[in-house]
Amino acid sequence: MIAAELPVTRRLRPSQGWSTRTLSELWAYRELLYFLVWRDIKVRYKQTLLGAGWAIVQPLMTMVVFTIFFGHLAKVQSDGLPYPVFSLIALVPWSYFASALAGSSTPLSGYQHIISKVYFPRLIIPLAAVIAPLVDFAIGFVILIGLMAWYRIVPGAAIVWLPALMLLAICTAASVGVWLAALNVRYRDVRYVVPFVVQLWMFATPVAYPASLVPGRWRAIYGLNPMAGVIEGFRWALAGGPAPGVITLVSAAVVGAMIVGGAIYFRKLEGTFADVI
Amino acid sequence: MSHPVIRAEHLGKRYRIGHRLRPGTARDAIAGAASRLVGALRLGRAKAPPDQDTLWALDDVSFEVTPGEVVGIIGRNGAGKSTLLKVLSQITEPSTGFVDVTGRIGSLLEVGTGFHEDLTGRENTFLNGAILGMSRVEISRKFDEIVAFAEIDRFIDTPVKHYSSGMYMRLAFAVAAHLETEILVVDEVLAVGDAQFQKKCLGKMDDIARRGRTVLFISHNMEAIQRLCTRGLLMDRGRLVQSGTIGEIVTTYRAAEQSLVETGRFNTRSRSGTGWARVSDIRLVDERGAAVRGVPPENDLVFQVDLQLSNASTSGASLRGLVVELVVLSDQGQPLLSLMNVDDDGRELPPVPSCTMTVRLPGPTFIPGRYRLNAFVGIPHLEHVDEIPDAFEFEIVEPERPWRPYQLHITRGIVCRKAQWSCAATDSQFAAPKLPRCGSEGGFV
Repeated sequence: MIAAELPVTRRLRPSQGWSTRTLSELWAYRELLYFLVWRDIKVRYKQTLLGAGWAIVQPLMTMVVFTIFFGHLAKVQSDGLPYPVFSLIALVPWSYFASALAGSSTPLSGYQHIISKVYFPRLIIPLAAVIAPLVDFAIGFVILIGLMAWYRIVPGAAIVWLPALMLLAICTAASVGVWLAALNVRYRDVRYVVPFVVQLWMFATPVAYPASLVPGRWRAIYGLNPMAGVIEGFRWALAGGPAPGVITLVSAAVVGAMIVGGAIYFRKLEGTFADVI
Repeated sequence: MSHPVIRAEHLGKRYRIGHRLRPGTARDAIAGAASRLVGALRLGRAKAPPDQDTLWALDDVSFEVTPGEVVGIIGRNGAGKSTLLKVLSQITEPSTGFVDVTGRIGSLLEVGTGFHEDLTGRENTFLNGAILGMSRVEISRKFDEIVAFAEIDRFIDTPVKHYSSGMYMRLAFAVAAHLETEILVVDEVLAVGDAQFQKKCLGKMDDIARRGRTVLFISHNMEAIQRLCTRGLLMDRGRLVQSGTIGEIVTTYRAAEQSLVETGRFNTRSRSGTGWARVSDIRLVDERGAAVRGVPPENDLVFQVDLQLSNASTSGASLRGLVVELVVLSDQGQPLLSLMNVDDDGRELPPVPSCTMTVRLPGPTFIPGRYRLNAFVGIPHLEHVDEIPDAFEFEIVEPERPWRPYQLHITRGIVCRKAQWSCAATDSQFAAPKLPRCGSEGGFV
């Protein structure tokens, strides 16, 4: 039987944008979020030959290619770290970010059948897309640890910051993902733009090169790219790279602003998704 | 009188025609007027667009529903019934007015939403339940009941892509039917599965209604509506026309349908062809020759086609080989049948400036629903003289008297025919005495 709690009255009216209801509603639907993430993970590697092996192959192969071209041929500096470790530390969070973006720029149209038939807070869809690739991240992380052990690199005390940095990475993905998902409902251009932008974005992020290549006075501006802060932070926390300082702080501020703005924008559009999609 | 669970005040839903149909691309937006672009980017909806582009799917609808009422919403297609349910179940926002809803709303607008082909029946049950708003605990508790209801216990751990469509629908309905929300919104879902399962679904609905939950129910099946509902809302073109006991509402609706001897519109919007012979009107007529909008399935389907020929063409040999064809299509545009004047004992066109051709398709014809006609005049493969897609719309209405087969439903075929059945024993030992012929009154193609 239904829980004995007194049913609440809700007023459905033309969109008011963000309201305090948003968070409590997201909480109320947390199980749906769980199920959507679970479905994403379960279905992702169905009928593939390598299965979850894809989560290993992708960052590993990229690391090898980067090591050959950037590390050995172009002789890019690597903050005193062996280049493979240097690049893999960056590639693991980066490929998480890239697949979260890819996931959140397509899903709303993939869910159109559900959206036009059932109500739930639509924010759950981009959130699920951001959470699901964490599994790939975890697998990549294990490989990273293996590689570090091979090079006998032991993280210092800064490793306590790792969870905070991880949270920053997730929030970065979520903030961009929410924007993309909302825009994608209105403008189908988004899905064509994203793969291209992700590619360019990687070169604006210290994945293949160290942030120390960027002149000091530009650092703060460089931090406007939140992934720059995340990746510099990762190198610092795991392998004792230079402390990221201002870059990561600026990144965190940018992410905070984007996530609030994105959520408000998303909520504003949400009520019309079923009509537009 | 208890506090209403649903209270709608001046509810309106506006659609911008065209924009509803497809999402724009950034290029469309940029190409549009600068002000519209600003509006679109700012909020995703521009300021009130000019009237001719808008359609009020719901227009100033106000009503209340008290707890435990089972309300039937009746109206013709496009009356706004589904839009109303979508607003109530929060799928889309109203443009004006508001609704106060007390308690959770479960919507059964379509079953099987969110099913994933690669997941098993068990996994899909949990996923679908979560999408419909059930908690994991709730689903676990009802799991056995759901599986039993769907009659698929042996296949519950098989991916649903291997299910037959019947099994799929049964599981989907079973999950949805076990939602325990205070308010349940149902849109024609009883139209799944075979007759026996439909009966079971109706029974389940009865059950839900009797347990004192509030149900809003849309159906074109007046029998089901009258059986399940206590109250009715009659809608027409977005407006709430009448609210009252279900008996009153059904009576009003039926009377309105009767008086609506609205002949289907003859529509030449996308006509093409050389045009020396033209269809000037198409009518569906009843037994007495009066134009009607619909006929029951058991009656003959009789169309009259008016033709105009230009003078030059009536004299010569050009009439020879000229074919008049009507193609009957389902509402979804699937061609069902072609009727040609040269088939079998058809009639050739007489050499006169204008004539009316009558074509009779003996009943039983099609199951109740909406149908369309394409008209074609020409010489096949040589000349399109007059081609009119979607020239005419008509309706096959519910049978006037109980008529076998009882269950006229799309899943069992669209075309109704009478078939001759017979049977004979296959074992010679029983061959004599001769068995009587087993008759049958009808069947489906």
